[in-house]
Amino acid sequence: MEAPHSAVRVDLGRAVREAALAGLIAFGILLPLIGFNTVQNIRNELVLETRWPLLAALVAIVAAGRFLHELVIIPWLARRAMRPRAEHAPPAWRAALARWAPPFALGFAIVYPPLALWLAGFQGAAKWIDNFGVQILIYVMLGWGLNIVVGLAGLLDLGYVAFYAVGAYSYALLAKTFGLSFWLLLPLAGSLAAFWGILLGFPVLRLRGDYLAIVTLAFGEIIRLILINWVPVTNGYAGISGVPRPTFFGIPFNADENGFAARFGLEFSPIYRTIFLYYVILALAFLTAAVTVRLRRLPIGRAWEALREDEIACRSLGINTTSTKLTAFAMGAMFAGFAGSFFAARQGFISPESFTFMESAVIVAMVVLGGMGSLIGVATAAVIMIGGTEIMRELDFLKHVFGKDFDPTQYRMLLFGFAMVLIMIWKPRGLISTREPSAFLERRKTVAAEFVREGRG
Amino acid sequence: MSHDPSAAGARPDATALPASAAPILRVEHLSMRFGGLVAVNDLSFSAKHGDITALIGPNGAGKTTVFNCITGFYKPTEGRIALQFGDASVWDELGPLTERGTRSARRGHGSLFLLERMPDFQVTQQARVARTFQNIRLFQGMTVLENLLVAQHNALMRASGFTVLGALGLPSYARAERAAIDKARYWLEKTGLIGRADDPAGDLPYGAQRRLEIARAMCTEPVLLCLDEPAAGLNPHESAELGAYLHAIRDEQACAILLIEHDMSVVMEISDHIVVLDHGQRIAAGTPDEIRNDAKVIAAYLGVEEDEVADGALADLPGALP
Repeated sequence: MEAPHSAVRVDLGRAVREAALAGLIAFGILLPLIGFNTVQNIRNELVLETRWPLLAALVAIVAAGRFLHELVIIPWLARRAMRPRAEHAPPAWRAALARWAPPFALGFAIVYPPLALWLAGFQGAAKWIDNFGVQILIYVMLGWGLNIVVGLAGLLDLGYVAFYAVGAYSYALLAKTFGLSFWLLLPLAGSLAAFWGILLGFPVLRLRGDYLAIVTLAFGEIIRLILINWVPVTNGYAGISGVPRPTFFGIPFNADENGFAARFGLEFSPIYRTIFLYYVILALAFLTAAVTVRLRRLPIGRAWEALREDEIACRSLGINTTSTKLTAFAMGAMFAGFAGSFFAARQGFISPESFTFMESAVIVAMVVLGGMGSLIGVATAAVIMIGGTEIMRELDFLKHVFGKDFDPTQYRMLLFGFAMVLIMIWKPRGLISTREPSAFLERRKTVAAEFVREGRG
Repeated sequence: MSHDPSAAGARPDATALPASAAPILRVEHLSMRFGGLVAVNDLSFSAKHGDITALIGPNGAGKTTVFNCITGFYKPTEGRIALQFGDASVWDELGPLTERGTRSARRGHGSLFLLERMPDFQVTQQARVARTFQNIRLFQGMTVLENLLVAQHNALMRASGFTVLGALGLPSYARAERAAIDKARYWLEKTGLIGRADDPAGDLPYGAQRRLEIARAMCTEPVLLCLDEPAAGLNPHESAELGAYLHAIRDEQACAILLIEHDMSVVMEISDHIVVLDHGQRIAAGTPDEIRNDAKVIAAYLGVEEDEVADGALADLPGALP
């Protein structure tokens, strides 16, 4: 019955059998989970409920999925495996994409606010510029900052949000207490975050791999707990409100006659501040990228990547691995501090809620999904993940389909996990997994993913 | 191959060294214990400037442990490891230096280091000892050229003003980087890897990876190059090439070489001096001819009575001994 080519030839009987088996297994598993449900009635009694239609629907989905898998996907995979492999040369469109995507993306980012204004008008544009533009760019910047630590130096840092929090609270407290300006506090918050990066780095950098990840995770939680419990300074859970907003080089964005709109003879609208904030974070993110690109071509950047490849070899070449790791940590923390102080200035209110482990996890996920070390990959992942979340808030029409109580954002984590599983199957090393060499003799050739190591901390 | 000493890779300052007499490395009463296991026991030997010194012995004799002690990867339990370059008179400082408890001493142009007191990266950075590994440790995801540039990290760091000046794009750094690339090119030509400079190191065939690892170690400008089984996995033709390559390094770069090797034909062919270890102790030392005829060595290698082994039998043994 099992002919040697049965994988390619469509075998209907086999598909039906497989589907029936899968349906049976699904029925067995889902019967107690879905088929029965216990609910409390008004008299606080537990009542057993049955949900046969739902159970039947789920079993049918599993069986149909298995049927299609047998009938369509397996023959397709088999045919693909038998086709002669195309030679290494990547298609021309890919080279063109790699060449033109970054300048195009930057150009689009620059014209995005006027474009949004033009398309959505003064009222509608605020949402697009703030929720999509500013929000995504903050995460792009955080992703690029963490990329230095995780992607280049290969140190898995699960507590990156701690430095973001240090930056945000540094700005909020110093601006409120001493009335210092945003532009003065931005480098200060960055330096403070870098300082904390070094402080954390000293004891933990002798740890490697999983151990380093656990300790950095704990450090992130420690910072958050300090923010919660040091009430006299941080105001605990209540957070800090009334954080001074950034000014246009001294000109506040308000409805006063000294305000930005009045000075420039415009009608007052809160959108000017949003646009200004957008360009500030765009500049900061661009700075992060420029510094990363620059440092990669300097000995320190090469040492980071060498560290990711093989730490013992680094030491045998006279590289001080401790200071190399510390600079990576400090550099990453500094950009998180910049982003944090920007975040505080933009929100006007910060609380420990914004700096949970979830944020660290999202940023790490962006770096991993994007492809460790690749700026374009990380930025793409940030756009997809953060933009995707924001888009889900917009999908109101789904309420008509699934009923009034349906909230698409509730499914964010589910979709998130699903997307991650898919990417790990198709692109296990991230969207862009090749590596651009930092120097070349004759010709710059990208290094294929299979040679590049992920680092073990 | 270039014999021009002014070429990028050759070092004029090292050519003035006396090719004889003065030791570059003195290992004295070295012991290394891991818990109850004595890996190296009261070992003393020395290596001379301009010599290729081989460290041989059966498996588990403690050769790699000695290497790890010399290069700072292990802290020896007891003993002193002294390395000198430049003016040989600096050896007189050895006693005072040991008493003082510091790491290094200088006299005129001479420098003396106590390696057992230095962390691993400083052994390379300051005492100028470079090493390779038994299982090749290249930066596989970086190109061949990048591997050689990483090896020049310390020089380039200084030239880039510890990143600050380099990040600003000053021409002095650009010059330093061009010089670093020229030096890398010199070594790539010497190792015959020039055509593969822009390929990832992990993509090279095995023998080429071994050559690249040695070239990478040489890019740190060492005075002593420690090679851990450089001929392992090479075919006879490649082994012969390796011998010529090491002689060239010794003669043109004025760099002493200390190597561990199992392949007796390679050892006997290229070494000037051989130290034989067994069970962490030195059982013999001398020229290849002396070692070849040493009864203790033959017994240690073959585990048989001395009189059962004919004179010179060791030299006729096939390549890799157990």
